[in-house]
Parts: sequence; structure tokens; C-alpha cells
Amino acid sequence: MPGTPENKKGPDTPAARQELSRRDALRILGVGAAALGSAVAHGSEPAKASAAPGGTTLMDKVGEYFQDHYQRMTKEEIDAAIGRLERKYKTQLGVDVKVADTPPIPGVVFGYALNLNKCKGYRECVKACVAENNQGRDSQIQYIRVLEIDRDTASLEESDHYYDHEVPAPGKYYMPVQCLQCENPPCVAACPVKATWKEVDGIVVIDYNWCIGCRFCLAACPYWARHFNWTEPVIPKEEINPVTHYLSNRPRSRGVMEKCTFCLQRTRKGKMPACQEACPNGARVFGNLLDPESEIRYVLENKTVFRLKEELNTEPKFWYYVD
Amino acid sequence: MTLLIEFWMRCFKELLKGGGLYKLWLGGLASFVVIGLVAYTRQASQGLIVSGMSDQVSWGVYIANFTFLVGVAAAAVMVVIPAYIFHDTAAKSVVLLAEGVAVAACIMCLLFVVVDMGRPDRFWHLIPGIGRFNWPHSMLAWDVIVLNGYLVLNLFIPMYVLHNKYQGNEPDINKYFPFIVLAIFWAISIHTVTAFLFVSNPARPFWHTALLGPRFIASAFAAGPAVIILALQVIAAKTDFKVDKQIIRNLAIVTTVAMQINLFMLGAEIFTEFYAATSHSASAHYLFVGLNGRHALVPWIYSAITMELIGVTILMIHPLREQTRLMNLACIFAIVGIWIEKGMGLIIPGFVPTPLGEIVEYSPTMIEVLVSLGIWAIGFMVFTFLAKPAIAIEMGRLKSANAVPRPVTPAH
Repeated sequence: MPGTPENKKGPDTPAARQELSRRDALRILGVGAAALGSAVAHGSEPAKASAAPGGTTLMDKVGEYFQDHYQRMTKEEIDAAIGRLERKYKTQLGVDVKVADTPPIPGVVFGYALNLNKCKGYRECVKACVAENNQGRDSQIQYIRVLEIDRDTASLEESDHYYDHEVPAPGKYYMPVQCLQCENPPCVAACPVKATWKEVDGIVVIDYNWCIGCRFCLAACPYWARHFNWTEPVIPKEEINPVTHYLSNRPRSRGVMEKCTFCLQRTRKGKMPACQEACPNGARVFGNLLDPESEIRYVLENKTVFRLKEELNTEPKFWYYVD
Repeated sequence: MTLLIEFWMRCFKELLKGGGLYKLWLGGLASFVVIGLVAYTRQASQGLIVSGMSDQVSWGVYIANFTFLVGVAAAAVMVVIPAYIFHDTAAKSVVLLAEGVAVAACIMCLLFVVVDMGRPDRFWHLIPGIGRFNWPHSMLAWDVIVLNGYLVLNLFIPMYVLHNKYQGNEPDINKYFPFIVLAIFWAISIHTVTAFLFVSNPARPFWHTALLGPRFIASAFAAGPAVIILALQVIAAKTDFKVDKQIIRNLAIVTTVAMQINLFMLGAEIFTEFYAATSHSASAHYLFVGLNGRHALVPWIYSAITMELIGVTILMIHPLREQTRLMNLACIFAIVGIWIEKGMGLIIPGFVPTPLGEIVEYSPTMIEVLVSLGIWAIGFMVFTFLAKPAIAIEMGRLKSANAVPRPVTPAH
């Protein structure tokens, strides 16, 4: 990662030497693991079968353990990491999961707006999100929580998270809450190992291979948007979405955090987030905040909008509005 | 170098010496450690799902213990300051033991953090230089630095002193005094940083109060010296080490004053939360009176406050405090009361209700309890293993064959 302070040190400082040798060691391990792993993966059928029980090969495991932080890996190292992941998913899940590494689109910062008048509490967004983002089904992680609130208040404390009746119920309105992709995210500051950060398109992402599972980010988030894998996430084979991104919806492991990324595996390719597409009422408006012609900009300029807990100065890029 | 190895070997051999009671003590601790390990193995194989924690209450009894024990570690300065700054001979005679308590507490703190981690195998991500350390932004990164630093300081200062005494030399105070001063400031910083770990989250209004840092220090200086008082009495009863009664009296006064300050600040917090109760007072309501029919913590906090009030009353009335039994009871009440108040009574309500207003309760599972007991047993073991050779060296029983003879006095 050019420009990180780690690389700006002079070459003759002990710290820099240590950094270099460490990087070299990791690279050798990573490439070695990839070579060995691919030899196994592309080798003869019996070799493949022998690698399958118990998951991945030893070299893949070693490579994964010593894998560097996403932002510090070179292109080859990321490719090797993705190779290891895809082989692991193949052997452990039996699915050909593709892990992309699509970079942010230049000149794009994503923003989201949600029309409270149109949301009727169907939770179609929740369902679509789970199908798209490979959340564990038993562990029931959901990135979107739809709150049912009495019409005479805006109090989250009075909201019902678990309503189970025909919607819309009289006297109620519905407020879906997910990660608001704060411009000033408290979760990123909290992480002791920089496992979570804000990408240039404004999305707060997690390197699931770097997270140590301390859950400090969960305590820091004012929107309860971050979720922990308390157990091994299990997804029925036929329900796995094989189109994934390294920083987003690739299958996670136990013991790490995860969160909404505005479906960056889709949105970085010009598609809409799954929740936006799923909403039967068109309550959700998603787009590029830097594009003055975008629908999201129209909403921000012409509707009555508000953001959750603005007094905390987190600067969410998710607006609620009424019309 | 060979001398140093000989020193270590002889210290180690000293650990093996001891009567039936000593072996029973170690055996009892070891069985708790083994049970804790078995419970932890279960957690490691199934994940933190075996705990009572959830996305709603994402820290539990592990972090509660951690928070309490950082205070105990910091409280060693209540012996270090009189010993080295005021040259109090009573304090000086037991200062190494107080530092031993700090080391044991630090090790327990680190273990409680490790068992709380989802991926403890990735600990190397936390090592500065090799991993990627989010310093100075993350308060947890600060905590890693201050805790490990404090552990090292409290290991090396006594080791230097003891090694010199073992050799028959008088330790040169000028050589280690700067480290003593550093350790004093460091002690305050470890607990302040731990408080800031919570204070730094405006997402959790219950923790987001400037009073939390001062409260942490006050409650630490109440519970910590109480722990040291009890430890010293056990040592006085079970070994040939002479504990000057004056240090126990002094520490009891420290506990008294610190408890008074802590209870005053607790009262100030209660006034603020209840007089003009905003929606930010929901956690305090949950803790003290219950919220929407949920009140799991109410009995806890009232037991804590009752114990603290009885404890501080005993300690405040001189004739009562002078009675060792009553003072010990007050110390136990102070320790348990503060453990609840700044452990379960601080960590859990911070998560109730959640930032989205959901009320989910937490209680530790058997696995969490067993793992916690195992870590406490390790802490007791560490203290025993540090205190035993230290006492032998202080008493002149353990010394180098070519040591210069010196008068046997516990003071140095």
C-alpha cells in the first residue's frame, strides 16, 4: 500500500528493516502457499480428493494464518489470498465462490436515502440482504433491522424490533436501520488493529482475515450496525451467493465482525444494493453523492431529510426523508 | 550469566518446597485451572456462542473482571508511593509483595482479554511493528501498551531488587528510582485508559461521562488496597515473614477514604441520571430500578451498594476498624461490592438498552464462570509463585553461596 507511514521510513532504520523482512517473509509464505495450494487444486483428481477432508491444505492454512492486512498486501498477495479463499470455499462449502477485488469507482461516494412514507415494514429488504450477503442462517445475522414505531414519537427506545403481524399496522410507521456508512465512523477509530476502515467511496469495510474479534467496534457503533459471528456461520449450499467481494459478502468465519457494505460487490459494478432492488414500494434511493444529477442528490436538495443521532457528529451517509 | 541462571533455578526450587497446606493450596488452584481450561476448550471449539453474550450485550463477565483487575493492578501504587516517595519503612517492607499483586492482576487482565477475543489466534495482529496497531486512535491499542508496560515494570523492578539481595548486595536505589516514578504515573494511566475505553463511546451514554475515570481510580484505590490487606494477613499467618501492622492500618485508611470518595461520586451519578432523567438515563434506570419489566441487575447493584455502605461504615469508625475481623469483613465487602459495581454494574448496563432501544438481558453461562474462576486461580498461583521466593530472599533463607552476609531485616 503506497503512502502508508510504514513504507515511508528510511531504509536503514531497524524498524524499516524489520518491516521489510517481515513483508518478505509473509510474501514468500503467501506465494509458496498459493503455489502449493494451486498445485493441489489443479492437480490430478485423487490429489484434490485427499485435500478435501477437513478443509484446506496445510500450506493454505499457513498462508492464511500469516496473511497480511488487506491494505498492506500487494496485488499478487491479494490474488494469492483470494486463491486460498476460493479453494477453501470449494472444499468446505462445495461451492465455486468467486471472490472479486473490485476497487472503488473514481469520483463516486455512495449515499442512501429512505422514504419513511413509503416504507410499510414488509422486511423484503432484510430477506434480500441475507440472500445476497451470505449471512449465517442459524446465527440469524441481519444487517437491516426494521423498527416499528408509534406515529406520535420518534423514540427508538419505544420501537418494536420483532413485530409479527400484518403490516402496515394502524398508528405505526416503519424505520429500517442498517450501517449508515458514517463519514466519521466511531467503529474505525475503536478498532485496535485497523481491521476496519473507510474506503474512498465512503464504505466502511472489514478485513475478515484481520479482525481479532474484540467487539470494541460493536460497542462504539451508535446504530447497532455491526454484528459478531458468535458461532460458525452455516448457509445451506444451494443458498450461497457465489458472486462475492473480498471486503464484502464472501463467506465469513466464526469469531469476526461483519456489517452492511451497501452491497459493494454490486454497487461498485454499477448495480443497486440488494435491499434497494427488493423494496416493493420504492422507498429506497441509492446513488452517487458526488453526481449533481443523481436521484439521491435530488432527494437531499428537495425533501425534508434527517439523519439518525446527528448530535454524535458521525455524519452518516444515510438519510431518512418524508414527502 | 550462569549466576542469573542459578538465581532462577534456586527461585524455582523454592516453589517446590512447602508443607501439606501449601501443596493443598497449589493443588486446589491447579484443579480450578484445569476445569477452566476444559471450559475454555469448549469455548474455543464452539465459539463465543457458549457465552451468555449476544450482539445486544456484547461484553460480559470477562470484561467485567478485566475492568476490576486493572484497578487492583493500579492500586499497588498505594504501597509504592509511601515506600519510595515518603520512605515509610512499613510500606517498604511489603512493597515487593504489593508489586507481586500488581503482576498477578495484570496477567489476569491480559488473560481475560484473550478469552474474550473471537480470534485469539490472531494475537500477532496486535504486536506493534509486525501487526497493524491503531495507535493513537484506538483506546484498546493504548490499553495493550499500558497494561504490558505496567506488567514489565512491576516484574523488573522487584526482580532487580531481589536479585541484588540474593547476591548479598544492597540494591542501588538510584538505578531503579526513575522506574519507580514511571511506574507510579503508569499505574494511574492504566486505569484511566481503561476508563477511557468506555468513556470514548458516545454511542453508550451510560459510560460517556467524565466522572468515570475518577470513579475508576477511586474504586481501584478502595478495592486494591483491600486485596493487599487480605494477602498480607495470609502471608503473615502462613509464613515466617513479618508484616508490620502499621502498613495494614495505613492501607485500611486508604481504602476508607477511597470508598468514601467513590460512594460520593456514585451518588453524584445517581442524582444526574435520575433528577432530570433523559433518554440517556435508560441504562441507569435499567440498573437501579429496571426498565420495561426487565431488572436482572437490580439485586446485584443493591447488594453492591449495601456491601459498600456496611464496609465503609466499619472502616470509618476507628474502634470497629481496629478489630481485625471486622476490618477484614469490610475489606471483603469492599472487594465484592466494587467488583459488582464496576464490573457487572458498569459493563452490562452500558449495553442495555442497545443503541436501537432493544432491551436484552445478560447473565454469564457456566462456561464463562468456570473460565473466569480458572483465570482467578492462575492469578492466585502467579502471586504465590512470586511471593514465595521473594519472601525466602527477604528472610535471607535464599541467597547466593558467595553472598556478602547482611543483617536479616525485611526492610531495604
